[in-house]
Amino acid sequence: MPNFVTSRLFWIGALTVIVALVLPTYVSGYVLGLLTVAYYTAVFAMSWDLLFGFAGEVNFGPTFLIGVGAYTAGILDAHFSPGLSIWLCIAAGALAAVVGGVVLALPALRVSGPYFGLTTLVAVLMLQNFIVVAAGLTGGEIGLAVPDVISIDAKTNYWIALGFMLVSGAILFGLSRSAIGLILQASGQDKIQAGALGFNVTKHKLAAFVVSAFFSGLAGALMVFYMGTASVSTFVDVGVGVQIIIAAVLGGRRTVIGAAIGAIFLIGMGELLRPLGELATLIVSVIALVVILFFPDGFLGIIRGGAKA
Amino acid sequence: MLFWQILIDGFAISALYALGATGFTLIFGVSGVLNLSHGAIMVGAAVAAWAAASEFGVGPYTGALIGILAGFILAFATYFIAVRPIQRSKAIAESEKEIFILTATLLWGIITQEAIAYLFTNNAKTVLPIVEGVTTVFGVRTPRNEYFTAVICWVAIGLLWFLVNRTRRGKSVMAASMNPRGVTLLGIELSSIYLTVWAIYGLLAGVAGILLGMFLGVSSYSVGPLTASAFSIVVLGGLGSVSGSLIAAYVVGYLETGTAYLISPAYRTIPALLLLVVVMYLRPQGLFGRR
Repeated sequence: MPNFVTSRLFWIGALTVIVALVLPTYVSGYVLGLLTVAYYTAVFAMSWDLLFGFAGEVNFGPTFLIGVGAYTAGILDAHFSPGLSIWLCIAAGALAAVVGGVVLALPALRVSGPYFGLTTLVAVLMLQNFIVVAAGLTGGEIGLAVPDVISIDAKTNYWIALGFMLVSGAILFGLSRSAIGLILQASGQDKIQAGALGFNVTKHKLAAFVVSAFFSGLAGALMVFYMGTASVSTFVDVGVGVQIIIAAVLGGRRTVIGAAIGAIFLIGMGELLRPLGELATLIVSVIALVVILFFPDGFLGIIRGGAKA
Repeated sequence: MLFWQILIDGFAISALYALGATGFTLIFGVSGVLNLSHGAIMVGAAVAAWAAASEFGVGPYTGALIGILAGFILAFATYFIAVRPIQRSKAIAESEKEIFILTATLLWGIITQEAIAYLFTNNAKTVLPIVEGVTTVFGVRTPRNEYFTAVICWVAIGLLWFLVNRTRRGKSVMAASMNPRGVTLLGIELSSIYLTVWAIYGLLAGVAGILLGMFLGVSSYSVGPLTASAFSIVVLGGLGSVSGSLIAAYVVGYLETGTAYLISPAYRTIPALLLLVVVMYLRPQGLFGRR
């Protein structure tokens, strides 16, 4: 009964969106700030899922795209602050990330599997080194302070993040369910056969990289102007990328929506367990490992499995 | 003077890199597993040796033995918790097992790292060295421990070579890396070969971790960089090729040491990363890899 399943998921989704919409009236600014970060992270995870889940590219460096977007926007704003509107900076950040995505796509069209994974990892390490070495431009290890923010009101920031997540989620989800998504999936599973069926694998993979890079960079740039700073530890570090990958696999890969659920879960759990100090990361990792080992389809798989039973 | 300094320091660091990367590449060659908890196993062994020798005062030799034991236990734990369940799972498609093993070993590495941080704090720890004192060769004052590290690394690598090429058990491991199905047809249990390989791996990673702890010191923060450096050395040399890893370890070790001495320690890792990018573009299978 696939219709029943999808409709049930649809209703759960609609309910969640309504709860998210009325939330600002009931909870404190602190919780809203946390959810704002969670929503941006959700976009990072969804963009990653488009590349991995559909195009089959193991990208260990989602933070390369995020970092390029975030730092481009931040540096432009820091150097031309009053003259340049922050929206132009954000657009430039997204554009720079797209260029980064094309650069990253070039090796992906030649190598695959662990080799491509390493290339992306190296891209992140190179970016990290560049930021630290070019400290005069980027703020180095201390981080880059940007003079402007989108808004100082927690509610406004929350609305923007929520709206941005819903719109980009809808676009990415729609794309993954469209013919393009199917072709990507086919070329991810068997490149040669997909090519033999007459699909231009190179073109579609390049498109997947561009779309993924666009949303990663846009989310990164928006997050810079929410936080007011750009630093290596929040945007570029390999650890941040690892969290995005875990979020996507935990929520259920190849679903786009699962990635968002996983990201919000990871950030929420990290916060709930904060009183435990060092044990928080340990517990979150154990939960993630258990889910991956016993429910390889992630949270969304558990919900679907429950609906079938 | 500077030349000898770079030569000696680079040699010791490269030997350590080589030992660390050998186990990593062996596992990949035989069972196709990229173990991203590699750094955690090395640090775990070093911290166990440190705790036994410094905190409980059992002396450097017993401490090192306890460290090696910890390396063994952690390697087997990785295999039984994060690798084997996925290899045997029916719910995960064959084509996706790679990313699942990567994610699971990564998570297992984080769990180990956090457990170490919780039990023994994040502070850097230096394992009590077995050999103490300083010696001067070619006008360069070097801790004796540095020579000791290089010697032990090469003895361990030599023993591995002997095991793989000259013993029956080792030869079957070698055969499994070439053709797993062929080995099964000859009546050798593949799962017991995997156990052997993970045992060898635990030993190599444990020894490398303890030596690193004596030489440079470790903390739970070194887990990520250690995994990343082993990964890049192994890919540079060619995944699954042990001799390629050894050469790549020396290339990376000398590039890093040379850069640190001649340019600036801040640029230490950059030339090696650039080399890696160039190799990935021109020769994706690595310097000595097979496709």
